[in-house]
Amino acid sequence: MNTFQKLRHFYWPFKAYFFWSIALLLAVTGFTVAYPVILQFTIDRIILEGNYQWIPYAAIGFFILTMLKGVAVYFHQYLGDLFGIRSVYEIRNSLYEKLQFLPFRYYDNARTGDLMSRLTADVEGFRFFLSFGFAQLINVVMLVFLSLGIMFFYSPSLAFVTLAAMPFLIITVYKFDKKVHPAFKDIRKSFAGLTTKVQENISGMSTVKSLSKENFEMERFGGKNGDYKDKFIHTSNIWSVYFPFMEFIGHICVVVLLGYGGFLVINGDIQPGVLAAFFSLIWFIINPLMNLGFIVNTFSQAKASGERLLEVLEEPQEIADKEGAMEVDQLEGSVQFSNVTHRYAGETEDALKEVSFDAPKGSTIGLIGATGSGKTSVTQLITRFYEPDEGSIFIDGKPIGDYSLKSLRKNTGVVLQESFLFSSSVKDNISYGNPEVDMEQIVDAAKRSDAHAFIMDLPDGYDTVLGERGGGLSGGQKQRIAIARAICMDPGILILDDATSAVDMETEGKIQRAFQEVMKGRTTFIIAHRISSLMHADEILVMDEGKVVERGTHTELLRKNGSYRRIYDLQYKDQYQFLEEAKGGIG
Amino acid sequence: MSSQSEKSTKRTLERFHYSTDEVIEKPFNWKQMLRLFSYMKPYSRTLLPVAILGMFLSTAVRLAAPVLIGSYALDHIIENREMSFLAWMTALIAFLYLISYVGNVLRVRYMNRLGQYIIYDLRESLFNHIQKLSHRFFDQRSAGSILVRITNDVNSLQDLFTNGVINLLMDIIMLVGIIVILSIISPELTLAIMIVLPLMFFISTKLRRNIRRSWQDVRLKQSMLNSHLNESIQGIRVTQSFTQERPNIGFFHKINGQNYESWRQATKKSAMFRPFVEMSGAVGTAILLWFGVILIQNNALSVGDFFTFSLFLGMFWEPISRLGQVYNQLLVGMASSERIFEFLDEKPSVPEKENAEELDDIQGGIVLDGVEFAYDSERKAIHHMDLTMKAGETVALVGHTGSGKSTIVNLISRFYDPTAGRVLLDGKDLRDVKLDSLRSQVSIVLQDTFIFSGTIMDNIRFGRPDAEDEECMEAAKTVGADRFIQKLPNGYETEVEERGNILSVGERQLISFARALLADPKILILDEATASIDTETEQLIQRALEKLLQGRTAVMIAHRLSTIRDADTIFVLEHGRILEQGSHSELMNQRGEYFELVRSQFQETSAG
Repeated sequence: MNTFQKLRHFYWPFKAYFFWSIALLLAVTGFTVAYPVILQFTIDRIILEGNYQWIPYAAIGFFILTMLKGVAVYFHQYLGDLFGIRSVYEIRNSLYEKLQFLPFRYYDNARTGDLMSRLTADVEGFRFFLSFGFAQLINVVMLVFLSLGIMFFYSPSLAFVTLAAMPFLIITVYKFDKKVHPAFKDIRKSFAGLTTKVQENISGMSTVKSLSKENFEMERFGGKNGDYKDKFIHTSNIWSVYFPFMEFIGHICVVVLLGYGGFLVINGDIQPGVLAAFFSLIWFIINPLMNLGFIVNTFSQAKASGERLLEVLEEPQEIADKEGAMEVDQLEGSVQFSNVTHRYAGETEDALKEVSFDAPKGSTIGLIGATGSGKTSVTQLITRFYEPDEGSIFIDGKPIGDYSLKSLRKNTGVVLQESFLFSSSVKDNISYGNPEVDMEQIVDAAKRSDAHAFIMDLPDGYDTVLGERGGGLSGGQKQRIAIARAICMDPGILILDDATSAVDMETEGKIQRAFQEVMKGRTTFIIAHRISSLMHADEILVMDEGKVVERGTHTELLRKNGSYRRIYDLQYKDQYQFLEEAKGGIG
Repeated sequence: MSSQSEKSTKRTLERFHYSTDEVIEKPFNWKQMLRLFSYMKPYSRTLLPVAILGMFLSTAVRLAAPVLIGSYALDHIIENREMSFLAWMTALIAFLYLISYVGNVLRVRYMNRLGQYIIYDLRESLFNHIQKLSHRFFDQRSAGSILVRITNDVNSLQDLFTNGVINLLMDIIMLVGIIVILSIISPELTLAIMIVLPLMFFISTKLRRNIRRSWQDVRLKQSMLNSHLNESIQGIRVTQSFTQERPNIGFFHKINGQNYESWRQATKKSAMFRPFVEMSGAVGTAILLWFGVILIQNNALSVGDFFTFSLFLGMFWEPISRLGQVYNQLLVGMASSERIFEFLDEKPSVPEKENAEELDDIQGGIVLDGVEFAYDSERKAIHHMDLTMKAGETVALVGHTGSGKSTIVNLISRFYDPTAGRVLLDGKDLRDVKLDSLRSQVSIVLQDTFIFSGTIMDNIRFGRPDAEDEECMEAAKTVGADRFIQKLPNGYETEVEERGNILSVGERQLISFARALLADPKILILDEATASIDTETEQLIQRALEKLLQGRTAVMIAHRLSTIRDADTIFVLEHGRILEQGSHSELMNQRGEYFELVRSQFQETSAG
């Protein structure tokens, strides 16, 4: 109940829908049990007692009742549905808002598939209970008790005898539900496995084909496919054992009713109309009971779903604006790290260990080092996607936390190695960080990142709509649009995280030259594996296992004969030879 | 002026665009139906007859019971007051219900089994067929749209096969049976009550169709919503970097609102369904009450018959409603089966010849003889090319993006066939040899290596599924992957996620080298295999390469000079033509395009 309490503010504002829906449901139940009563009245009072003049009233009365029932059913269902979908609309909005602001740390450990299933299946599970499950629970209780009441009113002994089999029905329903839900879960799981297999096969198709492993893949798929079939058949076997049996119990009641009821009629204890009414009334008890398991299950499902939704909604939003955070239009861009130490949640080693540096406004800092040495961590702290465990970071001389997140990130342009583009037009992708810019600025940004030419070759130029994740473009093209996107923000700080690795050499050269110009007046951080990409930096930090092991300009570092020199030699041993050959060729 | 402002509002409104690949239903088509039902054939003598028998038993009892209870038992109770007859009747009905129980068990069990076997067969043939399709097929489609056909489209036929067919039979029998029985008891009352049938049919088809359409709209909106959710989760880092959280929330509120509204409309319509059903049923009941009682008054009907009518009247709706459902299932099945058959009818664009030759023990000499190739009619990727690679040689292909390097590789592994000319392997035209035997001799290490979910060991073994653990580890050691694998939490048994999240690009590359080594191909193709790797890993890979290339014909596509320079022959390509060819030193001396390319790589440093 706690879960429902916590999620209260999403559905309680719409309680009017719910209460009206329930009120109408009571009317519906009342109208439903009226039919057997009218039947009994018709047979016993009208036909057997010969009061034929009453029949028009009975027929018309019944018809009017059903019309009223129709209206009540309509509004009951509509309002109930509305209650659910209206609440879910609110829940979705809140979830989305939450997701937009959750920190990177959350996403490091979250899986898209899991989040998606919360946003879709769990939201739906919760809605189903609000719209349907709760009302049905009330309906079952009402219908069963009302029918029981009428049966006992007509003939307590017949009611008792007829319903003697009910406990068996309840036990069967209980057992069935206990077995069938895990079985359904298995089906879902098996299907998820099958889907994953297919997805992987299609995504990895070029690998499959290049190693000629089609037959192997067919075999593996066959296993998943067969598993799904077996799980399904297993479930339908459970179904085929229990469901006909439940129906059979109902039929036993009918048989008992006929035998004992007939006996009572012959003895003159009850009238034939009562017997006829009983034939309808017992199904008003048996049918809801057969569904009871399903309805109770919607409750436990909704509870579980609600909990998973709460997990997202209650996730702390660690990184947020401080009270009175500064809104700054344009940052100058000087960045200072002072003894910064950082460890990612769940890791056993520090990602950064006492890192200090000073990047004056407009300077260029190069970061080099092996994968996992902490280069990217430095830049993620500058944009405050994480907060350092120790030490402090200053921008324009003020602690980074003093700025609002918005002014900080607006002034920091980031280009990542894996460029993510959205399914929207090229134009909107470039102006993503700054939707107000005009077309001229967009084109200018594209020209600077050497993207203009290929964009103009696209079917609709800048209005071409890209597929999901920038589908339809090559890695290099995506990268260049991502670079244009960063330039378009006109940021004071520019971060290039291995930004040119996916483009070919010629384009890389062009982009590098473009960067030279773009970087003017901005503080720039370049992360790269190639010395050629960062050799012009004002200061180069060589990182290893979270520490700055060497620092200085290109020439200084070469003279040190340390790890920078080693990388340089590895990368440039060819060059000496080339220069030799070139000389030789000339000479 | 106004169009300008319209355009700009449109821009802010449509921040993201999503298209859905969801065709929901199609008109009925007999030919397709027959093709679909041919999948039932293998079971037409085994599962199907049992299911039909079960259905028949339970349906017969369902038809008989009301007559026995109403017209026989109740009348006897009222008129004859005969105890023994009642006892016999009760026993008979109990026995019939027992038969119906057995029938139901058989029906449910065998119907589901039948449905699942068919779905299994269909899915398997679809998947296996897709495996045989060529690159051209995959170029034209997104992974998602292929996935949907194998999973959802096949599943949507499940209902049709499990319930649809048998229910169709059952419901027709029920409807006809009820009408016949009632007509025997009292033709005039039956006729009067039949008025409700058209009414019910009307609701079941027209109203239902209307309702269905509005739910389709909901589903479309919902799938858009989900596309956006998915994308916004995956792109969250970009969104936060560019502080677009607020604008995105605005966009989401809008599409969420649209979804809510379409849902509300659909609910509004579908809530009408039940009331209409109730009301049309009430018309019938009111007629029964009124006209039936008049008939009783005139001694044209007994009370028991009257009761039989009332029992059957309650049973009318179910079969009619289900017939409507089956019709729906058929329409949905039409759409799904059309999409499935479209794939099944797709021919591989590189077909295998009837009398294709088995390749064994090849040398590995490759010749392109007057080859031309175009991906589509407009752009030619290769213009009349002659190229020779000797067996055991290492060849490098150099050139800008779009110069035709990857195309040559695709032709050698016969992912495509040339539009003109021939590709020869040891003098044999590739079109004359078995695809399987060709591909088992050719391995490609791609720029973007795909790591499958499973253990590291499984991933290496992917190169040769029957390899022993020791062989996998041996291969990993040879290419220098052993070192980082040992460092992983569970070594070779470490589970990696799809796409290999926990591995760096370089590590993934080493695994694919191990894979290739294990496959032990005669021809090895390296497609920009060392693009974005840090310098130390690159060193490691260079060393691995040396091991890998021994005794094989190798074709390398690379940008980095260090990878290219040791090749026996270097081909410099431009716009699908060979510009220069020769060894590194020969080409350097030529001072041509290659020389320029190499120089550009060092340009900046030599300046500095």
